[in-house]
Amino acid sequence: MRATLTSRREHPGRGPGDSAGRSGGAALAERVFRIRETGIIVVLAVFIAVTAGVQHRFLSTSNIQFVLINTTIFALLALGETMVVVSRNVDLSVGSVLGMSAYLSASLFGGHAGLPIPVVFLAGLGIGLGWGIVNGLLVSAGRVPSLVVTLATLYIVRGIDILIVGGGMVTANTLPGAFTDIPKDTVLGIPYLAIAVALAVAVGAYYLRSFRSGRELYAIGSNPGAAVLAGIPVGRRVFTAFAISGALAGVAGVLWAAQYGTVDSTAGTSYELTVITAVVVGGVAIFGGSGSVVGAALGALLLSTINSALYVLGISSFWDQAIAGFLLIFAISIDRVIQVRLTAALRRRSARNA
Amino acid sequence: MRDRMPWAFRWETALALIVVLIGVIGAAASPDFLTANNMFNLGLSNGEIAIMALPMTLIIISGEIDLSVSSILGMSSCLLGYLWERHWAMPLIFLVIALVGLAAGAVNGLLVTRLGLPSLAVTIGTLTLYAGIADILLGPTTVANFPAAYTNLGVNAVPGTGNAITYSTLIFVVLAVIFGVVLHATPAGRSIFAMGASPEAALYAGIRVKRIKTILFMVSGLVCAFAGVLYTFRLSTAVANNGVGLELDVIAIVLVGGISIFGGKGSVLGTVLGVLAFAGIQNALLLTNFNQEASGVVAGGLLLVSVFLPNTRPLWRGIAARGAAVRGTS
Repeated sequence: MRATLTSRREHPGRGPGDSAGRSGGAALAERVFRIRETGIIVVLAVFIAVTAGVQHRFLSTSNIQFVLINTTIFALLALGETMVVVSRNVDLSVGSVLGMSAYLSASLFGGHAGLPIPVVFLAGLGIGLGWGIVNGLLVSAGRVPSLVVTLATLYIVRGIDILIVGGGMVTANTLPGAFTDIPKDTVLGIPYLAIAVALAVAVGAYYLRSFRSGRELYAIGSNPGAAVLAGIPVGRRVFTAFAISGALAGVAGVLWAAQYGTVDSTAGTSYELTVITAVVVGGVAIFGGSGSVVGAALGALLLSTINSALYVLGISSFWDQAIAGFLLIFAISIDRVIQVRLTAALRRRSARNA
Repeated sequence: MRDRMPWAFRWETALALIVVLIGVIGAAASPDFLTANNMFNLGLSNGEIAIMALPMTLIIISGEIDLSVSSILGMSSCLLGYLWERHWAMPLIFLVIALVGLAAGAVNGLLVTRLGLPSLAVTIGTLTLYAGIADILLGPTTVANFPAAYTNLGVNAVPGTGNAITYSTLIFVVLAVIFGVVLHATPAGRSIFAMGASPEAALYAGIRVKRIKTILFMVSGLVCAFAGVLYTFRLSTAVANNGVGLELDVIAIVLVGGISIFGGKGSVLGTVLGVLAFAGIQNALLLTNFNQEASGVVAGGLLLVSVFLPNTRPLWRGIAARGAAVRGTS
């Protein structure tokens, strides 16, 4: 069972070299089938086709833009969360960090009119990075389980945010137009922001797939003890994953402020659960060692597509959550069943060959 | 000294001291803190969380986790409102809610034990699913016309307790005794510790790990559904977002109580003290005019300290050993 997982991890998209003696077509089919992302894309395609068949408005440019913009923040959070989850950790603090970054960065405009927008993004990134470093240090140096650390920082960050914000809020009229236009600007009908996040996801995917330190995150998640013995600097890698996750949550906070305009102390509340749902639906194993950033981003896209589809179909948005929950359970159950079957098949095959 | 007084080195002892400290500081900061009226408010605002922390204690000791507790509470609350609006008899509604709670727990338990899925992922899924069912049941509507005979149970004190004890407090105490006895004084309780410490060893020792875990999740579902009824009657309101986010409070309480997130360690006494510490801090902050919504800062800090301190024990031991060595050479 472990062996199947490992080989799938170490060669994403490649089967464990067991298709010898089969026709090329079957091997290709098997290979494609085994890529976890294919499953999500199929579900996504079916969903879009059915919805568009019922209601053509669903494929209108404005609706597609709406879905893409809605996805960006969650895709960005999912990118950082994937790095953490792959290393057999979890970051529950992303929603709170997003909230604090959204408020603090947006309130900068209030005090300093004419502040360059990149400075605000840097501020958000810095706030997020700071909390990511706190999480990372507590987990790797303090040897406290990440579930507990980030549960605590979820409370602490939100609490500090509430103390800072008090009863106030940042309103859209204090923000410069160029800032609130960020989610609205498009090129060839595609929002700039979606392209930027897609690029970030691509960079993340390339890093996790091809860089030594990226691969080591998978190794740590597969077997932390073995990773230590293999000479992997586990503490440093896990620390980095948390720092990146925090920094991305900080940037996502600035985007949140740009998109919604009005920021109070509740921004991003319970986002952590949506992000983890997206990540797990996207095929990232909750106990680490397996999954990809692209899958996680597709998971986020699927969730916001469903959200929009319900709206377009005139189904009450109150069905939204139940569907997301069902999808998550369905996804992990299917993964498990396929995994068990694959293991059995591999065992039979190796028994035949022996 | 460690051998002579092992209890003095337990987390529960430290926590009891913290609870006393909170009491002293609270009383010094506000004359209202140690009054019957305040005890009543304390029980009122923390009753459901405290009750849900009990089954959570057992589940975490068995090596699993249940994040869906507050959603089961919310689902039960919405079911209560939904059926009451359709003029069902109250006892029948209670029966349905109990069955739904058991079923919700059984879904968690079966997915975890029979399909072998990690409980963290399963219960994040059911957290969303059950909250979603609550949404579907009530949508944007609010049900508030519950009979006073029931809602009074939520806001009145138990007769003969000097207006200090709420019904939820009484129920918590009774349940704490039951859970404590089951966990610490029955073979089933011992096996919960065993499977948390080492699932494989427990399996080979002939413990019915899957069955016991499934039962634990079902008990949790039942208790949380019951907490949902209490919650609804206390607020006299059934609304779709009842209980949202409480799961984190429940888990924080249990972890502050010294129950190991890795399973196999902990006690019901720890959870009871965790409830007192958690509720005491929130309450003390409220009385000192600290922005109560920000009390998470203190709760989160307490949570960090509670898991961080035991980890520093090797450090302390090292310092103690070095001290002894220094004394020995001089």
